[in-house]
Amino acid sequence: MDPLHLSLDVPLREFALDVELTVGREVVALVGPSGAGKTKLLRAIAGLQVARGRISVDGDDWLDSTRSIDLPAEERSVGLVFQEYALFPHLTVRKNVEFGRKGEAALLERFGLAALADAKPRELSGGERQRVALARALAPDPAVLLLDEPLAALDAHTRGEVRAELQLLLREADRPTLVVTHDFEDAATLATRVGVLVQGHLRQVGSPAELVASPADPFVATLTGANVLRGRARAILTGLTELELPTGELIRSTDPAEGDAVAIVYPWEVTLSRTPPDDSAQNHIAGVVASLVPVGNRVRARVGPLTAEITADSSERLGLEVGGSAVASFKATATRLLRQNS
Amino acid sequence: MKHAFAVTAVAAAAFALAFLILPVLALFLRVPPGDLIRALGTPAAQDALVVSIKTSAIAHAAVLLIGTPAAYAIGRGRFRGRALLLSLIELPLVLPPAVAGIALLVTFGRLGLLGGTLNALGIRIGFTQAAVILAVAFVESPLYLRAAIASFEGVDGTLLDAARTLRARPFRVFARVALPLAAGGLGAASALALARGLGEFGATLLFAGSLQGVTQTLPLAVYAQFEVNLDTALAIGAEFVFFGAALLLALKVIPGWTRSISLWTFRSASSPST
Repeated sequence: MDPLHLSLDVPLREFALDVELTVGREVVALVGPSGAGKTKLLRAIAGLQVARGRISVDGDDWLDSTRSIDLPAEERSVGLVFQEYALFPHLTVRKNVEFGRKGEAALLERFGLAALADAKPRELSGGERQRVALARALAPDPAVLLLDEPLAALDAHTRGEVRAELQLLLREADRPTLVVTHDFEDAATLATRVGVLVQGHLRQVGSPAELVASPADPFVATLTGANVLRGRARAILTGLTELELPTGELIRSTDPAEGDAVAIVYPWEVTLSRTPPDDSAQNHIAGVVASLVPVGNRVRARVGPLTAEITADSSERLGLEVGGSAVASFKATATRLLRQNS
Repeated sequence: MKHAFAVTAVAAAAFALAFLILPVLALFLRVPPGDLIRALGTPAAQDALVVSIKTSAIAHAAVLLIGTPAAYAIGRGRFRGRALLLSLIELPLVLPPAVAGIALLVTFGRLGLLGGTLNALGIRIGFTQAAVILAVAFVESPLYLRAAIASFEGVDGTLLDAARTLRARPFRVFARVALPLAAGGLGAASALALARGLGEFGATLLFAGSLQGVTQTLPLAVYAQFEVNLDTALAIGAEFVFFGAALLLALKVIPGWTRSISLWTFRSASSPST
């Protein structure tokens, strides 16, 4: 039984959205760059955007072009959380939440909004607005929940906290849920499965771990935060593959490849040192430290063509500084090779 | 040089102000206040006030009742020929009132376009109070429609979409979301249209005539009394000054109205069709 099944063909100005997807009682995130058609897809499911194809929810057809079925938005059992939340500015929190269905006092309580029931949306913080939007969308008990960039309107400061809160609320909502976002980390936190949408097409669908472990193409790899190095690959005698970068440096991998290829290395697989270390790592790239960005208790360091993620402690111990030199090392076994196709 | 120009500019401002204010003051200064109030009690002034209030109220109610949903349909709709339609709505605004009066006469008059049909139904419109109502509605509705369309265009479409995803049917989307959010602009539009309707003269005179107690509205009474009893004409003029001042004050004081009026004047100033 498939709670939500999509097979959509939405003509847009520059390309067509062509998506086939089944969402069970789970949270699926669609990630992609802006302009990939993510918002249009949600609008098509909600009935706010003209589409062809088929949408069925628990066996009910909302859209079936072959049978001329196309329910208007108000007849689709869908809760949509808009990107900027689209709360009614002239109504209180209570009236906003009750717009779809009256008598939702319990919902206000559950979302921690009881104390704010009589406030107007403009008096709320970003996180509170998001909770109102979610409560409002869930009030009519929709069969499907859609969220459009639910974290984009928040500042970096509150984002982490709201993300954890949203994760819990989505689990509790327990229904087919589709979240679109441009941020892989948000997607990986909120969803059990992630789809990568580029130019209207789903490039890959899988668990966050699957996407990181075996990205289907360099774009998916970049999206998941990997270093992507382009070069020419050839097999060498030791049974490894060697990739020659345009700069002349050589990278070794345990993956097979031949000709134009890309090497994929995750920042957390890259270690840094001041001088070339004598260890088991096959790959060493020396370069100038271009930037050091603290992220919580970690530091993201840019060395030559690579981004390395190391602990703040290690960065301090090594005495790294912008403009200084460093060597980035990573193992051939942590280096994935993909044929270059984009 | 700079100083000399500043003085000239201030003098020009003072002159312009005097030119605008002096005639308004003169309305009150020519006759003592007591006589003015007494002149308002004359039958001509009383009858005109009743006719004006009655016809304006009916015409204005009709304009609001039909114009508001019409403006919503045009303001939110995306269809072919929309720009042309907007220009057609504005056309009566640039017509001289006398032309509007003749146009109404050849449409609804006894020998007009719809005259035969109306005659067969036993309806006579020319030179009755119905004619006054039609004339007032005709001149004020483009003014209301134009500003009301702009108000509905200004409503964030995402909010209307949000209402639809919350199962609201079209009327509920209009009544619960679009209407309250456009209310400020609609209020201002309504006030300005009402003022235009109360001041209507040319179209009414040609289409409805100037029969005291029947079709003679306040502006028509000013014209009629001008040759009979100047005091009465002046008193009615003073009435209009008070009404106008109250209206302007309301536009300044009611916040929703102020905002939408500045938006609206900006829009019409930048619109190439006016």
